[in-house]
Amino acid sequence: MVTNITSLGRNGVHDWLVQRISAVVLLAYFVFLVVYVATNTDLSFSQWQNLFSHTWMRVFSLTALLSLCAHAWIGMWTISTDYFTSAMLGSAATVIRLGFQLVCLLILISYFVWCVQILWSI
Amino acid sequence: MLVSIYRYNPETDSQPRMQDYQVELPQGKDIMVLDVLQLVKEQDSSVTYRRSCREGVCGSDGLNMSGKNGLACITPVSHVIKNNKLVIRPLPGLPVIRDLVVDMAAFYKQYERIKPYLQNDTSPPAIERLQSPEDRAKLDGLYECILCACCSTSCPSFWWNPDKFVGPAGLLQAYRFLIDSRDTHTQERLAELEDPFSVFRCRGIMNCVSVCPKGLNPTQAIGHIRNMLLERGI
Amino acid sequence: MAKLRILSFDAVIIGGGGSGLRTSLQLSQSGYNTAVITKVFPTRSHTVSAQGGITCAIASEDPDDDWRWHMYDTVKGSDYIGDQDAIEYMCSEGPQAVFELEHMGMPFSRNKDGRIYQRPFGGQSRDYGRGGQAARTCAAADRTGHALLHTLYQANLKSNTVFFNEWYATDIVKNQDGIVVGVVAICIETGELVYVRSKATVFATGGAGRIFASTTNAMINTGDGIGMALRAGFPVQDMEMWQFHPTGIYGAGTLVTEGCRGEGGYLLNKNGERFMERYAPNAKDLAGRDVVARSMVLEIIAGRGCGPDGDHVMLKLDHLGEKVLTEKLPGILELSRTFAHVDPIKEPIPVVPTCHYMMGGIPTNIHGQALTLDKNGKDQIIEGLFAVGEAACVSVHGANRLGGNSLIDLVVFGRAAGIHIETMLKQGLEHRSAAESDIDNATQRLQRLNTSTSGENVSVLRKELQAVMQNYFGVFRTGSFMQEGIAKLKVLRERIANVSLQDKSMVFNTARIEALELENLFEVAEATAISAEGRTESRGAHAREDFTERDDVNWLCHSLYYPATKTLAKRAVNFAPLTVPKFEPKIRTY
Repeated sequence: MVTNITSLGRNGVHDWLVQRISAVVLLAYFVFLVVYVATNTDLSFSQWQNLFSHTWMRVFSLTALLSLCAHAWIGMWTISTDYFTSAMLGSAATVIRLGFQLVCLLILISYFVWCVQILWSI
Repeated sequence: MLVSIYRYNPETDSQPRMQDYQVELPQGKDIMVLDVLQLVKEQDSSVTYRRSCREGVCGSDGLNMSGKNGLACITPVSHVIKNNKLVIRPLPGLPVIRDLVVDMAAFYKQYERIKPYLQNDTSPPAIERLQSPEDRAKLDGLYECILCACCSTSCPSFWWNPDKFVGPAGLLQAYRFLIDSRDTHTQERLAELEDPFSVFRCRGIMNCVSVCPKGLNPTQAIGHIRNMLLERGI
Repeated sequence: MAKLRILSFDAVIIGGGGSGLRTSLQLSQSGYNTAVITKVFPTRSHTVSAQGGITCAIASEDPDDDWRWHMYDTVKGSDYIGDQDAIEYMCSEGPQAVFELEHMGMPFSRNKDGRIYQRPFGGQSRDYGRGGQAARTCAAADRTGHALLHTLYQANLKSNTVFFNEWYATDIVKNQDGIVVGVVAICIETGELVYVRSKATVFATGGAGRIFASTTNAMINTGDGIGMALRAGFPVQDMEMWQFHPTGIYGAGTLVTEGCRGEGGYLLNKNGERFMERYAPNAKDLAGRDVVARSMVLEIIAGRGCGPDGDHVMLKLDHLGEKVLTEKLPGILELSRTFAHVDPIKEPIPVVPTCHYMMGGIPTNIHGQALTLDKNGKDQIIEGLFAVGEAACVSVHGANRLGGNSLIDLVVFGRAAGIHIETMLKQGLEHRSAAESDIDNATQRLQRLNTSTSGENVSVLRKELQAVMQNYFGVFRTGSFMQEGIAKLKVLRERIANVSLQDKSMVFNTARIEALELENLFEVAEATAISAEGRTESRGAHAREDFTERDDVNWLCHSLYYPATKTLAKRAVNFAPLTVPKFEPKIRTY
């Protein structure tokens, strides 16, 4: 088994499942939003704010947010380990790969915290 | 016919180069690419390639012919010639030792990693272990692999992570032992494959299927392994 | 010459085919430090091309089957110069050896009871020839050799055999007492020359079909073991006995298995006649291979051959139906479509007898120990040297090998040699020393080649050699004609001794290997030629037009060719099996 890896799950089955379940959640979330906007042609800001004040919508949004973070992390991590390899970049590969992964992680955490703040400030 | 061959001798060349040879094809006969290589070697004995059985069962002469991997001995020139020219390169993605000969160590290492031998903890009977024709049929399309490496060296995931991704050839053999009714180490085998690299780097682009000279389907076998891993993981 | 690096092992096996891997497996399983030196990655060895199966009385298709019937068939097939102690050992140990293969994981085809599938093959009978056709050949579809070789390689990986893949043994190192102490070998990838020292050196170097222009053999079958043994001065046995397989694909030489006829296929001449009914009224297309091959040539000579040149016959399979063909003979469909451009489901395959197997080789006892004769004509063991598989002449095949008997030979005697070496090692077999000059002797021909400045081209000489063998030592042979051939070989020897190597680079220099192989091919060819000319009778695969009858008075014996004098001696055939009465020579009909 390959064990020298920085993936958070360290398990391919887990990653594979998360990737697909999170994709389904994201699809459901965005389909819901599109349908909502399309069916409320005269949508006002207060109406929009009202939607997000419901607990179920906050939970739904938070789930979508978590899915987005997990999906993006697994995807970006995979891309980094495909392209930033020592075969491709020589001895600097490990540093570059780790740096890229940290940047991705920081961005995702920042977005996550920011989004939670927004959701709970409504 | 013009044959353009990838040449590299580490003792004399700092860079690989393409060298052209003019070869007279016999009239009215569609010869194989390996025959062409032999005609070239008669002109220039330094041209280097592997070959053995010349009938597509030993897997020595996996090469890249006009851009596609295959076995030189069973690939007719007419199938790969373009504008009256044949371009022969080594299998991509592995280090070149010399000319068309690549270092297959990484490929063999992945094969060895999946423990390509039957593991059965029960003591064998006095005769053979019984296996129904139906169970035996599950090995068809798997055991026929000749380890030519055409598939793994056409797979970008294997190019990128040859040390971590088992590759189509290795996974085909992994499944051959996972599905063998006589093997008792299914769980241990699966445990060795559940990390994010060994199996899950397969993206299903099916390059392996399109080049396999024996008509095997590694992508399908990988799909089966993934299902077994999921069933085990849930 | 600079001192060579030395590698030491308990046992070194030269050759990574079926017999070599079975020997190495036996030894490495028991924990001995065992190395395999092989010029190709093991699964590229010629065993991989074996198709139809491995003949053995495991009593799966026929619960009454008996290894003694297999023994009878083999003795008869050998035209009575197979050693009966060895045949007895092979046939009686065979089932155990096959079951072991299955336990290792070999993917045999199965019958409805879940046992190993067995198919009929040529020369097989029930009840000592009285009970009709037997089905005794265990098969993994028509890829039995592939399945067997891969399984053995896998088992060796499991037991940690040391592999020197793409290393080429050039010559035997023999010390002053005539004991074999190892070999000199080149690492092909780097060009480094190494002395590999071993307590037991096993030649599993396979056949040499490439001495003929038309052969089913792989390009690597250049008789390296035979060449090395001859250069070391050791004799070889029954080298006139070359099997021509009835069904090589016309024009390409690739094999289509006897299993095609086992499954019900048959041969046709240009009139659409099933001519084997005339030559072998009982066994028909499943007569011995020598009989079928000769019948085919006679048909062609009589003007009943097919094609515009009337130079081949047809193998009909379409009547078996698509289902049987795709299930039982999938590899044959592939090969026929690729090399003969015909689809056997619809049309017959053009076939012609093609050189296939070397029944002769390094004479050994049933433990694989190489033999020579002492001054009194008694067997004498060559210490340190073993031979197994096609390179050896145990002799279980005598003058004609039965289909499916090569694979059983590999595993039974590969295993037997392993077991015997194991015993010797347990009893304290040690390394024997070699002087610097002994090692130098073994590197001489390489030295000459590496310093050659002028001379002829390898591929030209190889083609000429193959043409001489094809024209003068084919299916039918004549004394005067063979003498002409021998004279031509004499000239060729001088020219080959002077072959030039233009490319002297070190890294993966296949030109150097091909030059070294050519010398081995020549040694085999010359031994074949002189043995064939010397045996003044027709027996098994050796058919002479000037001596058309079998001559049991003078030639119920092995021929032994001595390289130093280029002369032939006779060695007695063993007629003393341990557990069954001997089989007396009879007229051989099918």
